[in-house]
Amino acid sequence: MKKGDSLVFFIFIFLIGLLPVLSGSTYIMTVGVFAGINALVAIGLCILMGYAGQISLGQAGFYGIGAYVSAVLSLHFGLPVVVSLILAMVVAAMVAVILAVPALRLKGHYLAVATLGFGEIIYIILNEWGPGGPSGFGDIPHFSLLGYTITSTTGYFYLIWGLVAVVMIFSLNLIHSRTGRALRAIHDSELASNAMGLDVVELKIKVFILSAVYASLAGGLYAHYITFISPSSFSLFYSILVLMMVIVGGITNLWGAIIGAVVITVLPELLRRFEEFDVLVYGLILTLSLMFFRKGLVPILVEKIKKLRGLAVVKH
Amino acid sequence: MLNIKGIWKSFGGLMALRHISVDVKEGDIKALIGPNGAGKTTLLNIISGIYQPDKGEVFFLGRNISNLPSTKIARKGISRTFQHVELFGNMTVLENIMVGRYVKTKAGFFSSGLKMPYVMKEEKEIQRKSEEILEYINLAQRNDELASNLPIGEQRILEIGRALATEPRLLLLDEPAAGLNIRETRNLGEIIRKIRKELRITIVLVEHDMELVMRISDSITVLNFGEVIAEGTPLEVQKNREVIVAYLGEEEEIQRGYNAHT
Ligand SMILES: Nc1ncnc2c1ncn2[C@@H]1O[C@H](COP(=O)(O)OP(=O)(O)O)[C@@H](O)[C@H]1O
Ligand SMILES: [Mg+2]
Repeated sequence: MKKGDSLVFFIFIFLIGLLPVLSGSTYIMTVGVFAGINALVAIGLCILMGYAGQISLGQAGFYGIGAYVSAVLSLHFGLPVVVSLILAMVVAAMVAVILAVPALRLKGHYLAVATLGFGEIIYIILNEWGPGGPSGFGDIPHFSLLGYTITSTTGYFYLIWGLVAVVMIFSLNLIHSRTGRALRAIHDSELASNAMGLDVVELKIKVFILSAVYASLAGGLYAHYITFISPSSFSLFYSILVLMMVIVGGITNLWGAIIGAVVITVLPELLRRFEEFDVLVYGLILTLSLMFFRKGLVPILVEKIKKLRGLAVVKH
Repeated sequence: MLNIKGIWKSFGGLMALRHISVDVKEGDIKALIGPNGAGKTTLLNIISGIYQPDKGEVFFLGRNISNLPSTKIARKGISRTFQHVELFGNMTVLENIMVGRYVKTKAGFFSSGLKMPYVMKEEKEIQRKSEEILEYINLAQRNDELASNLPIGEQRILEIGRALATEPRLLLLDEPAAGLNIRETRNLGEIIRKIRKELRITIVLVEHDMELVMRISDSITVLNFGEVIAEGTPLEVQKNREVIVAYLGEEEEIQRGYNAHT
């Protein structure tokens, strides 16, 4: 992490700790849990798209794999939840490799279509062969570790945002490292990256795996929190939603993924009062924000802060 | 150190290189000249593995590298710049050089994410070495600027710096003086000489600026329509009739094109 990141990170942890104390309302905690789950998926997509420059419209597929594999392993095979979650991530990683090897040779629109197709295939598989078919299944065990089981929403809030923090530290370290620079280099020029001896294909596969693992972790947590899952949560709509989070927050900044996830999760809740018009207003806000904040919220904020600092320096 | 043997390369129906053989001696500055479309860039692309030859072989330090991908060739010690500058435009000047250190460092996905102690040590080393290289090419004051914001002259120098960061044995430069003014070209010439002399890097220089070529190269190979038409020291090449005709021919072309426009 860099200096600026450390400060933001401190504030971030502070807010996570503070929110449940300020308002323990189940409603707010529930929205918070979903925002955290979405943030995990969004961070992965942000590294994949904003840093490495690869598009994916199939993150719902990995999210679904995480949920179904972890749920089935813990429910039907009686494995401890933590083990199920880890195995779910392993399965998602393997699927990611199988998808990435042919797909990452594709570029731009073709990669978008290939990942979209992948998401749809997973969706169809869950509908056809998933336990309970289209109506899904329940009784998924709650998260537990060392004999302690989490059932309360506030408990999940801490667990999930704690994991968001861990994932964020790992990701920030990664993007400010030799590997992170290489990913950004590939984004800017594959030709030059090759000429500089970067293992372009290997790096692309690895970053794709990383995004899949984050998404599957989120999916697994979702399943154990909600204890009932059905394929409809893992449709193309979810992939698009995560894409929106990353873009609204600002694709070139990892913090944008978290801000985007919170905004996109909270926004529909705030729009409830518009009743049947909520979808319309939601769409309008998204369209306008894309028109006026093209770079995304966080990068724009960073620019503003830099400018203010510049002014302060001039005044002195 | 570099032996190019009977290379053929065509694009569709167009024969870009016909039976090209060139030898580059260790420690030399070898210039590759010829009119536009002669096949110079194509030859550099084949040496650096961006294209595969249809026929023929490239030997580097005695090893056949003709079928290796460019990534592997870079790791064997051949680095390059591009005729159309290929910097990492959204990264800073320093970061561009730091990417060049990739082949000389190890930190992986996991160890980077976990920030293992050796990764932090390596990272400091990358930073130190990269700053040193920026000093070497006189770009240190540009450190934090985005590469795409530099003027073209500095972009070309930065591209050379990035290539140096890989610690190559052989450096391929594709028209490094294109777009540079006289002062910048002189500075470039000095840097190229310094690289050869102090870092002992062998250089293949594709360049149209004859003043520069004649001043700094030890040996010149002239290409025309995908064939070698002359080879020798700068003095020998300057006197060669075929070369003069090839270049005059081009000048007439340019003149005609110019007249057609006016
Ligand atoms: N990728 C390519 N596809 C098709 N034709 C190419 C390609 N690269 C080069 N050529 C052709 O090969 C010939 C040699 O080009 P090039 O090597 O760029 O010449 P030079 O660098 O000497 O100006 C030109 O006629 C050019 O149009
Ligand atoms: Mg050329």
